[in-house]
Amino acid sequence: MDNKRRNMLEEIQAVGFVLIELNLYLDTHPNDERALREFNTYSQQLKRLRTQYEAQYGPLLNSGLSPSQFPWKWINEPWPWDM
Amino acid sequence: MWVYEKKLEYPVRVDTCNPALAQMILEQFGGADGELAAALRYLTQRYYMPIGEAKAILTDIGTEELAHWEMIATLAWKLVKDAPVTKIKGTPFEAHFADHGRNPFPHNAAGNPFSATYFNAKSDPIADMHENMAAEEKARATYEHLIQLSDDPGVTDTLRFLRQREVVHFQRFGETLELLKEHKERKPFY
Ligand SMILES: [Fe+2]
Repeated sequence: MDNKRRNMLEEIQAVGFVLIELNLYLDTHPNDERALREFNTYSQQLKRLRTQYEAQYGPLLNSGLSPSQFPWKWINEPWPWDM
Repeated sequence: MWVYEKKLEYPVRVDTCNPALAQMILEQFGGADGELAAALRYLTQRYYMPIGEAKAILTDIGTEELAHWEMIATLAWKLVKDAPVTKIKGTPFEAHFADHGRNPFPHNAAGNPFSATYFNAKSDPIADMHENMAAEEKARATYEHLIQLSDDPGVTDTLRFLRQREVVHFQRFGETLELLKEHKERKPFY
């Protein structure tokens, strides 16, 4: 995996992690408006980063949540445990 | 249902080839306080929970534990994938290799296969949330043991991340326990 791809993926992982944390926090603090605003902002950012990455390296999500170019890119190496 | 993301939750780097360490790491792949037991415990307990907060936290932490299970497998895999058999022979990983080769399998560090007896669902929200808080503390303790056993800087970095997640999960389950107690006081069952 080249450096450019690794950097893009690490940015997705960093923003994705912020969203996991906010998600768990909101589960037990559903009335925290500031946390919810942050959750929505980071969700938009993650969507942008994911679209950019997928255009070059293929789908990050299965089950119809990410489109694929031809031929079907989901099967492409490397898989996460080999990255 | 579930959606698969073709990425790890956190980048996993492994700097060495170390079959003995892989065998110890498998404690968290198929051991009593490991990530598989955690995921199945939380996802199994959801059904009778009386409040949305508890259903949500069990769904979301249970799902995160599956992501951790995949990170643990990645650690074990990267520690052995390039190991020649001569580097496996005579290590604690040799018995694993006899059955499974280099692919990870859910057993603990001593080789005992995964068992559903590692967790429970009682249809008692208060009892279950106490089990979950204890499970997170035991997982934290296991990660601290593994960090002491690791001499691979990349592996140690990932183990530290996973240890920290157990601390956060403990915190969230503690808050959920308080919400469940409040709910119980509002709605007496007799
Ligand atoms: Fe956990």
